[in-house]
Amino acid sequence: MSAISVRDVRRDYRRPRTSLTKPGPVVSALRGVSFDVAPGERFGIVGESGCGKSTLLRILAGLDRPTSGEVLVEGTDIAGLSERKLGFLRQRLQLVFQDPMSSLDPRMRVRDIVAEPLVAQGVGDRDGRVQELLEAVGLQAESANRYPHQFSGGQRQRISIARALAPRPDILLADEPVSALDVSVRAQVLNLITDLVSDLDLTLVFVSHDLSVVRHVCDRVAVMQDGEIVEVGATEQIYTDPQHPYTKRLIAAVPNMRRALAGAGTSDLLVGSERTGGTST
Amino acid sequence: MTAVTDPSTSRSKGSSRQRDDLVLDVRDLAVRVGDRTLVEDVSFGIGRGERVGLIGESGSGKSLTGLSVMGLLPEDVHASGSVRLSGVDHDLVGADERQMGRVRGKEVAMVFQEPMTALNPTTRVGDQVAEAMLIHGTRADRGAARAAAVELLDQVGLPTPASAARAYPHQLSGGQRQRVVLAIALANDPGLLVCDEPTTALDVTVQALVLDLISRGVQSRGAAMLFITHDLAVVATVCERVLVMYGGRIVEAGPVAEVFARPRHRYTQGLIAASDLTEVDGSGRLHTIAGSVPAAGAFPEGCVFRNRCPQATDVCRTRPPWTGDSPETGFACHHPAPDAADDLAGGAA
Repeated sequence: MSAISVRDVRRDYRRPRTSLTKPGPVVSALRGVSFDVAPGERFGIVGESGCGKSTLLRILAGLDRPTSGEVLVEGTDIAGLSERKLGFLRQRLQLVFQDPMSSLDPRMRVRDIVAEPLVAQGVGDRDGRVQELLEAVGLQAESANRYPHQFSGGQRQRISIARALAPRPDILLADEPVSALDVSVRAQVLNLITDLVSDLDLTLVFVSHDLSVVRHVCDRVAVMQDGEIVEVGATEQIYTDPQHPYTKRLIAAVPNMRRALAGAGTSDLLVGSERTGGTST
Repeated sequence: MTAVTDPSTSRSKGSSRQRDDLVLDVRDLAVRVGDRTLVEDVSFGIGRGERVGLIGESGSGKSLTGLSVMGLLPEDVHASGSVRLSGVDHDLVGADERQMGRVRGKEVAMVFQEPMTALNPTTRVGDQVAEAMLIHGTRADRGAARAAAVELLDQVGLPTPASAARAYPHQLSGGQRQRVVLAIALANDPGLLVCDEPTTALDVTVQALVLDLISRGVQSRGAAMLFITHDLAVVATVCERVLVMYGGRIVEAGPVAEVFARPRHRYTQGLIAASDLTEVDGSGRLHTIAGSVPAAGAFPEGCVFRNRCPQATDVCRTRPPWTGDSPETGFACHHPAPDAADDLAGGAA
């Protein structure tokens, strides 16, 4: 049984009306997306702003509902379930967001932030579990008494990860978890995520705009454009032998140190896309 | 810092080129707020048509250095030292707002990270481009400036430039807005373009387009460029030379090919290793730098990197002197990574 199975999911939004007599236009954020994630797999979703990757992740987490289609998490369809019946999902599946500052309550101590999912699940001995989690993500025990603003960006992301792991989930969703971090800290957090995923046998869904990060973390990747998956396959294969023109453009567009030192310039970033401007002068 | 050679003097002497060749000449720049020093002993020059990258993580002082060049530091932040620009007969440090107003947008222009805050939301973008030329009197009248503005918008690749000129900033996408900012910056053919993280907020395919436009715009005008970013691969693609900043100081400088292929400073070495997502150690983990960047003004005495450096010893409590012929090439480290040439010499002995 797949850990996650998505079948022909659509999500339409109605824009605010611009005329008094006509309803607002409909925008399709997802236009029939289907994929499966096997248990223990590390699955990447890559795409640019507006491609629907965040909408998809919100639907997987039960924070939004598809207009049509099925979303099975460990065999249960969550698309039609009421909020009250989603309790099992909150225990099985957890999220790490991009910006740890806006996803951590600034007025709660780290102890309470990490324990909050346990309170919601009604778990006892929370202090012991909090200490265990802080240690697992590489934070000192005394961090429990401090507030989010007293930590650096990388440490805040560790707190988010500790909170996500608190209810012992099987599936971890990560939405651009390292995009807001400095280069030296990005590597530390990526190492932490890959270590935890293999130590705890987690299924990972990792969303990013950066193919090189996904290449390091994931076994399989789906490339999204305009609400559709245009290509899906083994990460290494997609990276070395992309089939879809958009995937090719995406891979070429990421500046690469080795290619640059071998003499590649900015025009080499535009392989497969139309160069605009400057031609007339 | 008494026993060791004074780093500021060792860095200023033996400049490899004449001041006249330089478009930008920064000497002993320091930036302070209250009694905290945020940038210290920063010296570098940029020659005509040269593209120089300034890299470092958040809090390293790279943006403050860029803002000092533009004379755009916040009220309570003070610069000292010297910033000279060719074609300007006064020092930019300490220049008053009227003097800077004549320099900004004409001799030196800037592309900021966030194009929405750099543009005026209540003015059509064509008028904003034209305004840059009218203020400095580089076009005869409003009509000529408007025509030039449409041509500039065409050069930065806006589709249908004539109608784009009539759009307001909110009607354009992020990448299109950044092209408008670039058109404003290039309007008066400045001798120096300062770019502060110009593509960080953009998608990768849009970033590729904007980077290409920036480097073609700069090259076709023979302008020099100071390109500030945290992305090493971007600098390697766009620039010829690189300055590595950490803790408010330049810790290493040199040609891109040399610094990135054979870094000498331990921080540069760590940064390059940590950025490389294809290199892993024996257990499949990425290379990292221990710890995190300290808060501004909280860097250690002596070598600013010593509290995160695996090679640090007692001698690192003293300020490492600059090793190299000029501020343009060299590094400041007590325990530098071995040079290829040193290896050969060591082997022969």
